Amino acid sequence: MSTFNNTDLAAFKDVWVFCEQRQGVMMPTSYELISEGRKLADELGVELCGLLLGDNVEGLAKELGGYGADKVILCESPLLKEYTTDGYTKVICDVIEEYKPEIMLIGATNIGRDLGPRCAARLHTGLCADCTHLDVDMDIYRDFLRSASTLPEEKIAGLNSAMVLGQKHDVSRDLKMTRPAFGGHLMASIICPRFRPAMATVRPGVMKKAPFDQAKADACQIVKPNFSLTEADMSTQVVEVVKAAKKLVDLIGADVVVSVGRGISKDVQGGIKLAEELAEVLGGVVGGSRATIDSGWLSADHQVGQTGKTVHPKIYVALGISGAIQHKAGMQDSECIIAVNKNETAPIFEIADYGICGDLFKVTPMLIDAIKAAKAAK
Amino acid sequence: MKCIVCVKQVPDTSGVVAVKEDGTMDRAAMATITNHDDLAAVEAALRIKDATGCKVVVISMGPPPAEGMLRELLAMGADEAVLVSAREFGGSDTYATSQILAAAIKKVGVDSDDIVFCGRQAIDGDTAQVGPQIAEKLNLPQVSYVAEIKVEDKAVTVKRLLEDGYMTIKVQTPCLLTCVKELNEARYMSVGGIMECYQKPLEVYNYETLKDDPLIDVDTIGLKGSPTNVYKSFSPPVKGAGMMMEGADKATVEKLVSILNDKHII
Repeated sequence: MSTFNNTDLAAFKDVWVFCEQRQGVMMPTSYELISEGRKLADELGVELCGLLLGDNVEGLAKELGGYGADKVILCESPLLKEYTTDGYTKVICDVIEEYKPEIMLIGATNIGRDLGPRCAARLHTGLCADCTHLDVDMDIYRDFLRSASTLPEEKIAGLNSAMVLGQKHDVSRDLKMTRPAFGGHLMASIICPRFRPAMATVRPGVMKKAPFDQAKADACQIVKPNFSLTEADMSTQVVEVVKAAKKLVDLIGADVVVSVGRGISKDVQGGIKLAEELAEVLGGVVGGSRATIDSGWLSADHQVGQTGKTVHPKIYVALGISGAIQHKAGMQDSECIIAVNKNETAPIFEIADYGICGDLFKVTPMLIDAIKAAKAAK
Repeated sequence: MKCIVCVKQVPDTSGVVAVKEDGTMDRAAMATITNHDDLAAVEAALRIKDATGCKVVVISMGPPPAEGMLRELLAMGADEAVLVSAREFGGSDTYATSQILAAAIKKVGVDSDDIVFCGRQAIDGDTAQVGPQIAEKLNLPQVSYVAEIKVEDKAVTVKRLLEDGYMTIKVQTPCLLTCVKELNEARYMSVGGIMECYQKPLEVYNYETLKDDPLIDVDTIGLKGSPTNVYKSFSPPVKGAGMMMEGADKATVEKLVSILNDKHII
């Protein structure tokens, strides 16, 4: 499209969220991003728009309004039924060039992380990966730094501009995309000052879903743009889509996660059983460290950590987990961390709210009994 | 047919993470390794070589010491190596990096039955962006999160991991695949391979080598060609250590549960 000039920043408006669906079911992260996108759209004083691609998915569109979308751009075609990089990228880039959103958010799922960079490369714009925090408004961003960084107040107060290619750039309308680097040891706020849209993939599970509002869902406007997509545009072919036979472990949505680590090695089955029992009395699910997944003790969907899932439950129980930074990166924001470990110097105790130095095979059964007794007494 | 594999040398983040005074990572103080996912990509290419006798070319963009890593890959069985290294390339974000690597891959040449491999993501940046962005720049179809590969003539059938299962995808060559660590177990260097690796060709592509490619422009490489800028980097506050319970007996556990109960945590 000849009119698309990605450096004419003033021509870009509105916050867009790519709403991922699989087999006609919305991915939970789409609702999280719509809720977060609402906040950003309000900070900018613009509209929030969901972008939904698929085949026969109109029924999902109004739902997005219930979480805050003002409108939904709906692109339907039998060729969009399953996700393909080429098909989705073509349609998304074409509608972005036509409507020119200022911000584009994508969930950092396996699909979102495939789609985001392809679109950013085609549009010649910046993409920040796996963000865990987003801001536009400077005052809100400063408050975030006060609570989430060790920066001194004078440095925070003085943040108004950035040096971009040797020139002072006013950041007050830029999306500030914050993400952990190096396993959470360092945080970086990234901006995309010269090109639009500013794109971000966002970690599933870190943004909070807003309550559903039926009135807003009814008011949500659906826009069906013209787009062209033919089989000639697609050079990958989806032969089949297989769901894992096992029930998906909902680690991200769980209020309680009981995780096991290498500490269960002397009795793997017994250790997992204890974790399951403790998870049951607390009303949660079982997770595991990388070591338990690599050893084949638990399937990969149980993995908590940098390369697994990021969780922030109300209660996280770490049984026999040493607490390597790769693991901590996925659970350190849990509200209450309880660690049981034989080694009193284990790094997990540095972030645990409550620590017990002891054998998990002895402590866990006592813990289960005590919790049962406490619950019975209520 | 040939396989071109993009590889990155990364700091070993499973070891000690050294941070400089200004909050940036002290790469010089850390051991370096070949990125895990990239090693899986190299192994995948070498297995195709075992089966078909094709050529394997490994490419890395980085400072001159990355040559050591490339020699290791030659010792594993790769045929040729290319080090993309120039001051002009420094400061690149993923967009600019993929621009440069795509130009380097074009210089190596992508034929109609070739496969370009990348790792899913590098453990230092964790973005998983460079592979798909190279594919876009080279106008190749891509499949990411590849956990199984079957090559038949010019058709490649791969298993692509999803969070809740997988997809089987068929794609024609030339194409780009990004591999996950779970794809395979990388082989060791052989003693013979180590002896031979210094005789194998290792070329260095600098700015002069690549500057005539339309992808290489002052506005598309290095700091100036990077659409994203780091605005602020900072350290998160260290969460204070919590309460270490005394002992590990019934009384300890009951005390913990009563605290949790009093604070309405359970």
